[in-house]
This record gives sequence, structure tokens and C-alpha cells, in this order.
Amino acid sequence: MSGKYIVSREDWSLHRKGELDRQRHREKVKEAIKKNLADVVSEESIIMSDGDKVIRVPIRTLDEYHFRYDQGKQKHAGQGDGKSKVGDVLAQEPQAKGGSGKGAGEEPGVDYYEAEITIDELAEMIFEDLGLPDLKPKKKPELVSNAVEFKDVRKKGISSNIDRKRTIFEAIKRNALKGKPGLAKITPDDLRFKTWDLTQKQESNAVVLAMMDTSGSMGPYEKYIARSFFFWMVRFLRTRYQNVQIVFLAHHVEAKETTEEEFFTKGASGGTRCSSVYRLALEIIEKRFNPQDYNIYAFHFSDGDNLAADNETCLRLVKELLKVCNLVGYGEIEGPYYYTSTLRSTYKRINDPKFIVVTIKDKTGVYPALKKFFTPAGDRLPVNIQ
Amino acid sequence: MRDELRMLEEAIGKITAKAREFGLDFYDMYFEICPADVIYTFGAYGMPTRFAHWTFGKAYHKMKTMYDYNLSRIYELVINSDPCYAFLLEGNSLIQNKMVVAHVLAHCDFFKNNVHFQKTAKYMVESMASAAQRFREYEHKYGRDRVEAFLDAVISLQEHVDPYHHYGGSGRSQKDQPPGPKSCCGDKGCSTSCHERKETPYDDLWALDNLGKECPGRKEEAKIKKIPASPQKDLLLFLMEHARDLEDWQRDVISVVRQEMLYFWPQLETKIMNEGWATYWHLRIMREIDLTEEETVEFAKMHAGVIQPSCFRLNPYYVGLKIFEDIEKRWERPSKEEKERFGRPGGEGKKKIFEVRELENDISFLRNYLTKELIEELDLYLYKKQGYEWKIVEKDWEKVRDEIVVSLTNGGFPYIVVEDGDFSKRGELYLRHCYEGRELDVFYLEKTLPYVYRLWGRTVHLETVLDGKKVLFTFNGEKVGKKFI
Repeated sequence: MSGKYIVSREDWSLHRKGELDRQRHREKVKEAIKKNLADVVSEESIIMSDGDKVIRVPIRTLDEYHFRYDQGKQKHAGQGDGKSKVGDVLAQEPQAKGGSGKGAGEEPGVDYYEAEITIDELAEMIFEDLGLPDLKPKKKPELVSNAVEFKDVRKKGISSNIDRKRTIFEAIKRNALKGKPGLAKITPDDLRFKTWDLTQKQESNAVVLAMMDTSGSMGPYEKYIARSFFFWMVRFLRTRYQNVQIVFLAHHVEAKETTEEEFFTKGASGGTRCSSVYRLALEIIEKRFNPQDYNIYAFHFSDGDNLAADNETCLRLVKELLKVCNLVGYGEIEGPYYYTSTLRSTYKRINDPKFIVVTIKDKTGVYPALKKFFTPAGDRLPVNIQ
Repeated sequence: MRDELRMLEEAIGKITAKAREFGLDFYDMYFEICPADVIYTFGAYGMPTRFAHWTFGKAYHKMKTMYDYNLSRIYELVINSDPCYAFLLEGNSLIQNKMVVAHVLAHCDFFKNNVHFQKTAKYMVESMASAAQRFREYEHKYGRDRVEAFLDAVISLQEHVDPYHHYGGSGRSQKDQPPGPKSCCGDKGCSTSCHERKETPYDDLWALDNLGKECPGRKEEAKIKKIPASPQKDLLLFLMEHARDLEDWQRDVISVVRQEMLYFWPQLETKIMNEGWATYWHLRIMREIDLTEEETVEFAKMHAGVIQPSCFRLNPYYVGLKIFEDIEKRWERPSKEEKERFGRPGGEGKKKIFEVRELENDISFLRNYLTKELIEELDLYLYKKQGYEWKIVEKDWEKVRDEIVVSLTNGGFPYIVVEDGDFSKRGELYLRHCYEGRELDVFYLEKTLPYVYRLWGRTVHLETVLDGKKVLFTFNGEKVGKKFI
């Protein structure tokens, strides 16, 4: 007869099935994110974060699609505490999500799968296809410099390098060991010398000149796009260079150097004279960043609504910039009101592979812009890409 | 460790004896103690030996994360097989295991005796293992991505099988359809008079009779052989048999997914009953065995956790338990009215619940035994989204009961049939959603059609109803089109 029973306990340590498929799912999540980078890159939650947190990325392609009823138009059954009555509100939109399988997902577009990913992981994916336009390979040997660093202490040395503090410590220690606390005589044995090491240092410094038009016509939307771009650009450069300096230059009719916060938050008004910012950039390069030591990247974002009389000057100054920079990028954000741009058409006359113009229409344009600016030199066509 | 196992064995001995005394009838039991990740793997796959697919990995990740954050816990997992496998979570306390064992024995009794499980394969552990092995070979042979992409498509349609195919095949699927102006092949194929006869299990005899003189009214059209001859509910079977460009391994994959769904289907259809039955018995059995004071408190806590109601859904454990208790009460000590009107003699409580566990599934269980009094006592209601709020919209007991029954119909999935496998004489597939007042999720529909296309290999159509109008969705390999018909 049936009804017998056995109890057992096996070794399950080799049972990896769930983990393997979990891994596969994770891979698919990454693939899906990669395909959606254009949307993800300009996610507000990322750009506005401090950079370290885990972000949630919606992924529609990993929904398990099947024929199903429209949840939002259906009635569902639930159970009250004995006092429920018609008209009681069980949940409002945001809470409803957490309710349960049935309560959630009342309409397509809400119950999609959200993957969790760190910004670093995301950055890795974004940067996978990007490369630095390494336009001056001959510069590399010059970048190596000898650096003298004092970072060792020895008993022998030249007297000008005596480490007084350590020498006195040694004397006190010696006396203390003999039972006579205090500083008496310093013997030659107490002497300590600072010594240096000669190190070969790779001066892989980069400087980014982030230039932005803050004239009246640049609204919060345009700035947000510029900010998204700069956010990823900075992160990207930091993965390639040990030390990236960013100089923020804002301009309307006049240009000035600002802090990062001011750069993104402060609204300005007035007209636009782009040449002012180029002039300032050139000055700063001349004073602080020798092109021999720095990879210089200059990016300018504007809505292109420049004073017509200024365009010729801009053209000349951009050409100046091109002489000293690895890359000069001009990003034009097409607002809803501007259809013709004088500045962009002027720049069509520049024919230099180091000069890149992109037009960004909306949030999803940020990623293509990144790709366009950071295509490794070999892959780029030698013409003005637009 | 040894000691623990010995004590558990002893407890199981007592509990099985008690269960048998109560009349529970179960298969030989094989209890296995597993670590959490293994139990959760089984939970996600539905079976320890099932084939690999990323959707299971996704489910596993979700469940395991909940467990890691201490948000949920699966105490056990029981497999409908003979002998019956039950997996206990390592780290369950002895008292937890006692309750779980009592619970599991009742599940097993249910698997063994409920009529809806009579046709389920009892050797599924082994056949799933061998299918998984074959799938792995296909991956080696045809590439993982190809097998995976194909499985994606099959899984998207996996609910569309005919769980009643044992009972009369496609003829059955006709009867299940709502009566409407256009029933089965309706105006396209033969005249309705053919169908009026198709009511008995002996249809095939009529078909012999009709050989050569089919549908006298429409000779010419009737000559053209229609595939399927009548609307077929089993999409997977139809695709497996009629999709032209599938390779053998692909047909095998469809067949496996279909078999596994047929195996799981009765569990979908008896969720409330099965859990209610198991809860009823763990409560009963635990009452009978000796517990220390501490154990009694812990058991009460656990039991309370299991039957915790939710305002967003029905808790099958709770609702099922209450219904069984109510049935027992009403047949054991019938009210005067019940005695007079239904001639219920009383004293038949136990007999009645065993009969119910044998014959019903959730739909009939709720329709027959979810009474006005119970609905009021449980405070069941219907809620709906209105604007940005989820609001209670109905408390009338009959409407509540009927809506729940409707929502469980066909496992809660839309009823879709293959209408024509050679639509427009171009080999296109024409599916029809049997609309019964509930609209489909259009976004999901448009994402699912391409999967059907992937299996069928040609243009696919799906007819449904939106805003009271008939609509035909079509996917031609490039985009989904929609037109009112």
C-alpha cells in the first residue's frame, strides 16, 4: 500500500541551475540596456545623481509578452477587514504598484521590468564603443617627464636634507630607552635624511573646456541636454586619464569662468556673442594649459542663435582653437523655436577632422552625440560630420 | 544534525499515521531537505528537472531576492508525482516542518484523488529531465541563441493549450465557446446545421456519414478542405502540426512546452481548492498531535501568516479553508431550512468535503460553495482602477462571486482559437479571441503577434473586440497593423 515515506538530505552544492539562468537573464538585461542606451543616457535620475548609486533602468524587451487581458479595464477581487464599502480607496497610483501581482500593472507601460545597475556598470557599457580621438600620437613621448618625489627617509644623506623632526624623535627615543627622558645630545646615529626617488611620470592630463551658451534663449531644457552630455563626457574622460580638469565657461555677450554649480544652475539672459567664449578659452589655454602637456578638449553647446555680425569672428577663433586642441566640438541644441541657425551654417566652412558638429533635437540625441565626438580617430571620416 | 533528522522522521511518522486515520489517501512520500537557493530554483522552474530558460532565471532572481531580504519564504514545495516529492526548506524548525508535512500530505492526497489530476503524467520529473537534456543537445547543435529565441516564442503562447483535449478533442473546444452570432467556422466554412449534430462523443461517425455529401447547401466551398476543420483551442498543437517551416527539434520543443503546460494546468485550475484543502488539514492534524506550549504559539503564528488576507487579491489559503470549513459545517449540522429544502440529513460533513475535493475545480468550487454568508463574512469585494485610484466598486455578493469565477475561467487567460490555417489562401494564420466582454491588452498583443509569426513563418492575424467593435490585428513580419472589420 502506498503512504510510505523517506526523509533524506543530499548534497546540493553542485546544483547551479537557477544561478546559471539568473546569469543569463542578467546578460540579457545588459544587452537590452545597451540597445537602449540612447534613452538611458539622458535619464534624469542618472544625470542628477551623485554618481555612485544604483539606478533603475526600465527594460521593456524583457517583459514576458503573451496574450492577456487589459488589467486596467478589469475588476479584481480583494478582501477587506469587515468594514469595507463601495467607494473605499484601496490605493493610489504609486502605491498600487506595490500591492500585488494583480493590483499592479493596470496599464501597459507601468508594470515593465526594471533592472538595477550601478552607474559604473552603465558607464562601462556606454564607453565600450567610444574611443578617444587620439589625434596627436607624436605627442606621447613628450608627455613622459621625470619627477622628483621625496618619499623615503634614510640614515645617510646630504646635510641640507636633514629631517629635523625625525632626528629629534630618534634622539628622544634613544634617551628614553636609557631611562633618561628628554632631549639631550644628538648623536650622528640619530640623524635622519629625507631622500628622493626619481620617477618617470606619465603626464596624461586632460583638460576639458566646457563652454555653454547661457543667453536668454537657452532654457532649462537646453541646459539639461548640455548637462547630460557633459556628465558622461567627464566620466568618460576620467576613465581614460588620471587627471581631468574641467573648466566651465559660460557666456552670453560676455564670457566668464564659473563654478560647476553656477554653470548648470545660473540662468542668464541677453543676447549671444559666441566669440567671447572662444576668446576666453584661448586665453585660458595660453595661461594655464600648455598644449604640449595637456590633451585639450573644447566643447561648446549653444542653440546657435548668435549675433550675425559675430559669426566671422567665431569662425576665425574656432580655427585658432583647432590649432591647440585635440578636439573641438560644437553641439547645437535645436529648440522648438529655432529652425535656422547662422552659426552652424558658418561652421560648415571648416574642414578639419578635429572639428565636429552635432545637432541634438531631444534627450535621445545625447548618446549619438557622444558617439560622434568620441569616435576613435581611425574610424572617422575626414569631413565635417553632421 | 543526525538528531534533528531522526526527530523529523519520527514526527513525520506520527503525522502520516494521523493523516491516514483522517482518511487522507496519498502516494508514497519522498521528503528532501534543501537549502534555500535550491528550493527557490524549484519554485521558479516549477520542477527541479525542467529545461533552462532565462525567464526562470528572472523568476528565481525575484524570489531569491525576496527571501534574502526576508520578505517572503517558501517553506515547502510539493511535486505532483508518484512517488510524491516534497522539498523542505533547510532551516525550518521542527515545528515548522511538522506543519509543512501535514500540509504537503493533503496536497498529495489532492493530486492523487481530484478528478482534474487524473490525466496528469505522474512521471513528469523524469520526462522533464530528459526533455531538458534534449534541449541542451539542441543548444550544442543549433546554437544557444537560436534555441533560446525559439523558446521565447513558444513560451509566449504556452497557455494556449487545450486542457480538456482528453475529453473529446477539438469538438470540446466548440462547446466551450460563447454562443454568438458567429460560432466556430460560421459564415466561412460549412453551414451551422453540421454543428448542431456535433454534440456527442460519436461525432466521428457522423463525419463518416457525411463523406462525399458534406454540407449540401454549399457544395463548392465545402469541398475545399479547411484547416483546422473546426476552431482549435490548442494553438501549440496546431503550430506543431501545421507550421510548415519548422524543423524536427523545433516541433519537439513545442511539444515539450505543451506537455508541461498540460501537466501544470490542473494546478492552475485548483489553486484555491488545493491550498484550502491543505490548510484545512494541517490545521486539523496539528490540533491532534501533541505540541509543547512554545510549539503551539509558533504554529499559531505561522498559520496566521499563511491565511493573512490581502486587500488586493484573494488569499487562496484563507478563502479555500473557509469554504471547506463552511461546507463541512453545513453538511454536518444543516440548518432547518437546509434539512427541509435539500433533504440534507446531517452528519455528512466529512463525506461531503472529500467528495468536493474529488470532483470540483476552483470554478465549480466557488460557484457552488462561495455563499452569500461567506462573502459577507470574508468581506470580499471587487475593485477597479478609476482615474488614479483603485476603488472598491462592488459588494453585491452574486456579482462578486460571478466576477471571481469569470476571472478564473480558462486559467485566467484569454480564450483564443485557430480559425484558419490558410487564410486568404495564402497560408496565413487567422486566430480569433473569443470575446466575452473583457478586452485584451493591446500593447501586449502587438508584442506577442511577432512571436506567433516566428513560429508560423507567415503573416498572422488575430481577431478581437475593442470598444464593441471587431478588430483584426495583423503582423506581416515587419509591422503590426490594425483594422476594424
